[in-house]
Amino acid sequence: MVLAGALLLAACSRPGDGPAPPPPPKVQVGGATGQELAAEQILRKGNGTEPETLDPHRAEGVTSSNVLRDLFEGLVTEAADGTLIPGAAASWTVSGDGRVYTFTLQPRGRWSNGDPVVAEDFAFGLRRSADPSTLSEYSAILYPIDNAEAVVNGQLPPEKLGVRALDERTLEIRLHSPTPYLLGLLTHSSTYAVHRPSVEKFGDQFARPGNLVSNGAYRLNAWKVQSHIQLVRNPHYWEDDKTTIDEVWYYPVENAESELNRYRANEFDMTETVPNRQIPWLRRNLPDELRIAPYLGSYVYGFNTSQPPFKDNIPLRKALALALDRDILVEKITGAGEIASYGWVPPVTGYRNQQPAWATWTQEQRNEEARRQYALAGYSAEKPLRVQLLHNTEINHRRLAVAMAAMWRDVLGMETEILNQEWQVFLQTRRTRIDTQVFRYGWIGDYDDPYTFAEILESKHGLNDMAYDNPRYDALLLQASREADPAARMQLLEEAERIMLDDMPVLPIYYYVSKQLVKPWVAGYASNIMDHHHTRHFRILKH
Amino acid sequence: MLRLFLRRLFESIPTLLILIAVTFFMMRMAPGGPFDSEKRLAPEVEANLRAAYHLDEPLWQQFGRYLWNLARGDFGPSFQYRDRTVTELIASGFPVSLQLGALAMLLAVVVGVSLGSLAALRQNRAADYGTMAVAMTGISVPNFVLAPLLILVFAVYLGWLPAGGLGLDGFFAGGWRNLVLPVFTLALTQVAYIARLTRGSMIEVLRSNFIRTAKAQGLPATTILLRHALKPALVPVVSYLGPATAGLITGSVVIETIFGLPGLGRYFVTGALNRDYTLVLGIVVFYGALIILFNFLVDLIYGWLDPRSRE
Repeated sequence: MVLAGALLLAACSRPGDGPAPPPPPKVQVGGATGQELAAEQILRKGNGTEPETLDPHRAEGVTSSNVLRDLFEGLVTEAADGTLIPGAAASWTVSGDGRVYTFTLQPRGRWSNGDPVVAEDFAFGLRRSADPSTLSEYSAILYPIDNAEAVVNGQLPPEKLGVRALDERTLEIRLHSPTPYLLGLLTHSSTYAVHRPSVEKFGDQFARPGNLVSNGAYRLNAWKVQSHIQLVRNPHYWEDDKTTIDEVWYYPVENAESELNRYRANEFDMTETVPNRQIPWLRRNLPDELRIAPYLGSYVYGFNTSQPPFKDNIPLRKALALALDRDILVEKITGAGEIASYGWVPPVTGYRNQQPAWATWTQEQRNEEARRQYALAGYSAEKPLRVQLLHNTEINHRRLAVAMAAMWRDVLGMETEILNQEWQVFLQTRRTRIDTQVFRYGWIGDYDDPYTFAEILESKHGLNDMAYDNPRYDALLLQASREADPAARMQLLEEAERIMLDDMPVLPIYYYVSKQLVKPWVAGYASNIMDHHHTRHFRILKH
Repeated sequence: MLRLFLRRLFESIPTLLILIAVTFFMMRMAPGGPFDSEKRLAPEVEANLRAAYHLDEPLWQQFGRYLWNLARGDFGPSFQYRDRTVTELIASGFPVSLQLGALAMLLAVVVGVSLGSLAALRQNRAADYGTMAVAMTGISVPNFVLAPLLILVFAVYLGWLPAGGLGLDGFFAGGWRNLVLPVFTLALTQVAYIARLTRGSMIEVLRSNFIRTAKAQGLPATTILLRHALKPALVPVVSYLGPATAGLITGSVVIETIFGLPGLGRYFVTGALNRDYTLVLGIVVFYGALIILFNFLVDLIYGWLDPRSRE
């Protein structure tokens, strides 16, 4: 009965009113100097959904990439703050036309079984990644490499891919057009080298514990599906003397609330995400452990520009975009510090953020203009617009959609029917470009460059569910892809976005933030726009 | 006995076939496929993927292939876990679910029967009302509410038990600590049902003539209860064990997700969301066969408890 009473008491209190977390540990984190290390160097991380595989060329999700970053090292890698630094390649040179990259590998590069890492390993890895028989779902990311598109589509054999080992330590990558973001791409798992003898020996089982040979700071020790992945230090790693943490444990937890509980019970040192609902409580109680930072993602709603009512009706699209008070949406509805957005490309390095002129107006001015555009589009209080809004089933999307519909009703008198579908169904519906009117669209960039966003609105692009088709936009993108001068290329991409925003095929709402909890004893952590974290940069302080 | 066994085996085959067919075609009718993701696949890669999993064949042929492989004990490759087979995943997840389910069942039966008997003996007194009040609470509080509460109290505030995950040491070396909360949560509803069932049938048995005779002969109360009353009183409880198993299996879907246990229930949910056709089908077939088997066992126990049902 006492137990039942205690539970009932707990049940009656909202999470926000719960007792404060247990008092901080008596020991000063990091000892007297603040930098003393703990005797046990083990990092435990919550890791969202279970990785589908640890084969770097077949993996595709965020959570498999998290693990692969510790297991493998690309030619280029990232410092804690996300800056690109030499990885398996010690240095590189770029030809004058920006189309040939020559990499010199680390002299001490070793696989986890002691074999030297040679240039041919990377050439083999890239060919395998592009080979359609590997069944890679990410091979399109290799398209900047010469002949990659033809190889991926089975028109050329993998040997024709523009990569070759000039000698044991020198690798050449040829591109079909200058691609300033190539170095960023080379941190992606689909460009990793794989250990050829073990791939040939174990086939599609090569990425299993016991078989997997990797070239990163850690090697795979154990993997029990849905329970944990355990990595241990790779003593052959070329920079092992600078690595501090001995073991990394990744725990799959789909449920963010469960992850938070296990973090609070000190079972995890870091989380993958944070439940939105708990953010106000966390801000009050664990402000130093909550790490929120801009993330390379854009949350928008797309207009289907190939069907009525949005087809050839730019004023109507503008009216809907103007009528939303984004400050209210990000402060009251999402509430994790998301950045209200008026453009499509998030704050990418070296790119000037584009937004329409009305982004600087007050909301009253915007509402005024929204009503004007609405009338221009042929709608009025007597003849209101009835529209279907579609989002994938998820509570935070729902709350946002309800708020948007309310703003549209108040400002324009519109009638919005909110529909939701389960993720896989939603993707299929959106793709038809027929059964949609205005629909949720979120995009997380693959590399720190505006092109990963810009290309989606290209008329022929497979992900252009908005069916946006403007020849001027396409031409500017093509011109940018041929431009060798990085500054001039950025200007072309900026101009393209300005043109696109004038047509408003997407309705910008906010730029994503990454949300994590990190224990005070995890030193070396730094937020970065890609939300990429390498365990080898971390240390566990005494606690 | 052998005849009963063979008849049951024979009867279970069409049941399983219907189960497989319904699940197979319903799964395929669900919109979206296992290779749908936000990224769009290169056509050649998609064609290769479909060929590798035989999705390019007509549906009836895929169904035939599935049945043929199943007959040989092969559940096929998983779509979601790309380098694993469904057989391997079931072999890895089932022991966890079995341990969870068996412990919960044990707890439910022992505690449920004890509480029910106690309530029957103390009918309409404080102990009876108290027990039944707890039982009603157990039935009414859903496990997805109870589980996070228990975690909050015992793992986060008190720090007595882990908040989730599977114990990596053996069960007796400390691994049991990870199972306390999930087993308790899973068992609670069943404890409540079993307590109510036991109470009802025990009250009825205690009023019957042979118990009155036993009392008249001056037998001690405990002997009457344990030797004479308990066995007939358990008949309805045993017939409830079949549905209880089904309840534990469906309950474990929620419990395993909340407590992060690597059991079949969790595979089932993530499998369905990712359209992992073979994994979902494999688990349905496996659990279907298990429930059929369990109902058969219940019939055997029933026969032992109640000689009239042997005919």
